[in-house]
Amino acid sequence: MSRRHFLRSAVLSVTAAALMLGTAGVALAADKPPIKVGILHSLSGTMAISETTLKDVMLMLIEEQNKKGGVLGRKLEPVVVDPASNWPLFAEKARELLAVQKVSATFGCWTSVSRKSVLPVFEELNGILFYPVQYEGEESSRNVFYTGAAPNQQAVPAVDYLIAEGVERWVLAGTDYVYPRTTNKILEAYLKAKGVKAEDIMINYTPFGHADWQSIVKDIKKFGSAGKKTAVVSTINGDANVPFYKELANQGIKATDIPVIAFSVGEEELAGIDTKPLQGHLAAWNYFQSVKTPINADFIKKWQTFTKNPKRVTNDPMEAHFIGFNMWVQAVEKAGTTDPDKVIDAMIGVAVPNLSGGYSAMLPNHHITKPVLIGEVQADGQFETVWKTPGLVVGDEWSDYLPDSKDLIADWRKPLSCGNFNTATGKCGAK
Amino acid sequence: MRMLLLLLSLLVTPLVWAQATGPLIDALGTDDFAAREQALAALTETGDPAIVPALKALEGGALYRRLADDKVLIGREDGDGIALTDPLTGTALGTEPAGNVALIRVNNRLRRAIGASLGALTLRSPDAAVRRTAAEAVFVSRDATALPPVDTALATETDAKVKRSLEQARAAILLADDTLPTDTKLASIATIADRGGQAALALLNPLTGSTEPAVAKAATEAVRLIENKLAWAAAAQNIIYGLSLGSVLLLAAIGLAVTFGVMGVINMAHGEMVMLGAYTTYVVQEVIRTHAPGLFDWSLLIALPLAFIVAGGVGILIERGIIRFLYGRPLETLLATWGLSLVLQQAVRSIFGPTNMEVGNPAWMAGAFQVGDVTITYGRMWIFLFGLIVFAALMLLLRRTPLGLQMRAVTQNRSMARAMGIRTARVDALTFGLGSGIAGLAGVALSQIDNVSPNLGQGYIIDSFMIVIFGGVGNLWGTLVGALSLGIVNKLLEPLAGAVLGKILVLVGIILFIQARPRGLFALKGRAIDH
Repeated sequence: MSRRHFLRSAVLSVTAAALMLGTAGVALAADKPPIKVGILHSLSGTMAISETTLKDVMLMLIEEQNKKGGVLGRKLEPVVVDPASNWPLFAEKARELLAVQKVSATFGCWTSVSRKSVLPVFEELNGILFYPVQYEGEESSRNVFYTGAAPNQQAVPAVDYLIAEGVERWVLAGTDYVYPRTTNKILEAYLKAKGVKAEDIMINYTPFGHADWQSIVKDIKKFGSAGKKTAVVSTINGDANVPFYKELANQGIKATDIPVIAFSVGEEELAGIDTKPLQGHLAAWNYFQSVKTPINADFIKKWQTFTKNPKRVTNDPMEAHFIGFNMWVQAVEKAGTTDPDKVIDAMIGVAVPNLSGGYSAMLPNHHITKPVLIGEVQADGQFETVWKTPGLVVGDEWSDYLPDSKDLIADWRKPLSCGNFNTATGKCGAK
Repeated sequence: MRMLLLLLSLLVTPLVWAQATGPLIDALGTDDFAAREQALAALTETGDPAIVPALKALEGGALYRRLADDKVLIGREDGDGIALTDPLTGTALGTEPAGNVALIRVNNRLRRAIGASLGALTLRSPDAAVRRTAAEAVFVSRDATALPPVDTALATETDAKVKRSLEQARAAILLADDTLPTDTKLASIATIADRGGQAALALLNPLTGSTEPAVAKAATEAVRLIENKLAWAAAAQNIIYGLSLGSVLLLAAIGLAVTFGVMGVINMAHGEMVMLGAYTTYVVQEVIRTHAPGLFDWSLLIALPLAFIVAGGVGILIERGIIRFLYGRPLETLLATWGLSLVLQQAVRSIFGPTNMEVGNPAWMAGAFQVGDVTITYGRMWIFLFGLIVFAALMLLLRRTPLGLQMRAVTQNRSMARAMGIRTARVDALTFGLGSGIAGLAGVALSQIDNVSPNLGQGYIIDSFMIVIFGGVGNLWGTLVGALSLGIVNKLLEPLAGAVLGKILVLVGIILFIQARPRGLFALKGRAIDH
């Protein structure tokens, strides 16, 4: 009896000692605990095709930063979650990152609907989200930094370029959801302001993943035979692009007849298509892999080494994460802490090199300055820059071409600190 | 005599040209698009046919600048390097590493200009087909500088078809010039109106607003006639599009008609069998690209049996591993196969990566041909025929072979079939494998028109179920008629209601139809439906 008792207490004390030793070990390492960085990109489901790449690029950037000694002398620790292309799950995973994992910043989301889904969570728990994709604008949150293009940094310059090329008739084709609808609304208002008549604009929406483009391509062909130079402005998203371009090629629509300028087709999307029949079709972005700068060459090399694939391409949202991550690192070092309020304040005015040879700066409206490039598809699946804005374009969150938002501005500097300040009424939050 | 002179000039001029055009070609190596355009214009002005290979190379992305001496040369990828040849003489100049040469890029303006100059330069080629293409190129470009070469070519042209193309090209150029006398304009309008089609409309439409009443009237009349003709073509075209969409739906649904229609298994992983077929095609093409590039045009035919075996094999595994334990429990089958579809998708995503895979179109699948004003793309035509062939083969298999007889026997009366000595479990597995294998065949066809991504199958699963239910569960003819009619209805609605609303209308229509006829278009009669 007593022996058994002894044994038990011995085991207990040994366990306790081990536990204490263990915690002591942890406490030693926790001398400088790592800074956690959340990565909220879908790794399964429909959006995995685009978002997995962004997860990888974040892991690469964090690894690079750790090689340089981390941030504030602390290592960075990536926390990867998979919201599985499921919009409500995005909000749940965002909550997990902020409340359970206590990440200092999160890089994530692709579709606008996923961003809208996590927005209340980030505002409630005061997190920081970096959103790397071109989007429709009409939003500015204190807790979100938009490193992708606003409509005036992509859509409007693209249309300007085509007007200069002599295009007079416009097909606005898009997938039926919020980004194409808002962008097309802005473009329609912009074109009409430029004197384009309503009968020279054709607007067409198709469902997600639309696969049968025969009659729509025929309609475009017909619309383009009115004797005026015609172009297609495409906000067609994701998977629907491959069958769309294949149908264009099959029906013999060449870029020299009716060019298509796309806002959602980058190097990554072209990787799934034989681009020879598509030569000359256009895309508007803020970065192309073909940009010839030393910093870009270095980035591509690191990316291809990291993914162990010498053919792996880079694209615009990757550059957005590159810019956003470097901005965050700089802001944290400037603030000397990862406290979200201090980092959010420190972000404004931070400038870091972008990959096209200039500097991008974070603006008070939480958007950034970027150059706009127009590229033509080449036979090797790359884009050749054919036009570039002379300087950087300032991201405009509330479009000047929509009646609802033309008076609104966002400025997160004190004392204004407002995401939708109405300059006409002088009030914050009023439309 | 004239021929002799022509021959003489052909013999002598190249020598003179070669010295003059060499530096002009090198000027294409400039780094600036505008300067390259000027260089091209200067080259075209020489009228030297020897520059045709250089222009073709420029258009096709095969013209390079050698960095060492800024010479512009034609290059061909050769292993890791670029094999260079002289653009004028065609003499081989050895192979340079890719880093020592720079590809000369073109933009759309340059492409248009190249098309126009190639047209003008090849107008007098000895080959009638080339001459005709050249005339068409001039027609499209409407480049005023091409007018003198067109006139010279017209004077000597003997081939009636080429002559007609040349006249149309000439008329197209003339129409762009507003200063010409009314008579010339009217004659040009008549020539263009005679051509018909969309391209003619594009030329004539702007003239309907002409300040000269006679011209405006003639143009309006011509436009009206062409549009009438095109309206009929458009209707025919919509039906063809409908049949084509229908054949795609048929291919996707026909395997399901076996597993769901004949066996009664709600197989949510059906789309993934299609996806496996498409990935098999990708793997076949990759192997061919690296080991036997010459076989590329055969890649689809090679992929067909392999896709059938891969998808069919996976189907049999699924049947033996999961579904056979769930017969008669449709809800559990639905959930299990749904889960399985997610597993398969993620498995493919882990193996091949989440991005789209490039599946190329063999030459015979690309492009289109015209029947009157109706355009038919080769790819769609082959897929339509393929759909019908698969359907016919399946019908034959079910009606004319012992295996088909056993399958029908088992589905009609399982216990009686077993009593007659049929190994029902084996027949179940084979039937499911057959349905899955056919889905794999569909995947080969769909890889030609859709994304090859892990989500490929998802887009077709709902449509497939819709068609099988609409056509009548258990009836293959119903699937055929259902797929083709849904395709046509979809394509007729699309121009009227838009793609989004069109799809909704079709769905609502089917729901109402099922209310009226719960067993679909062709309901099975007799005892079979009661089991």
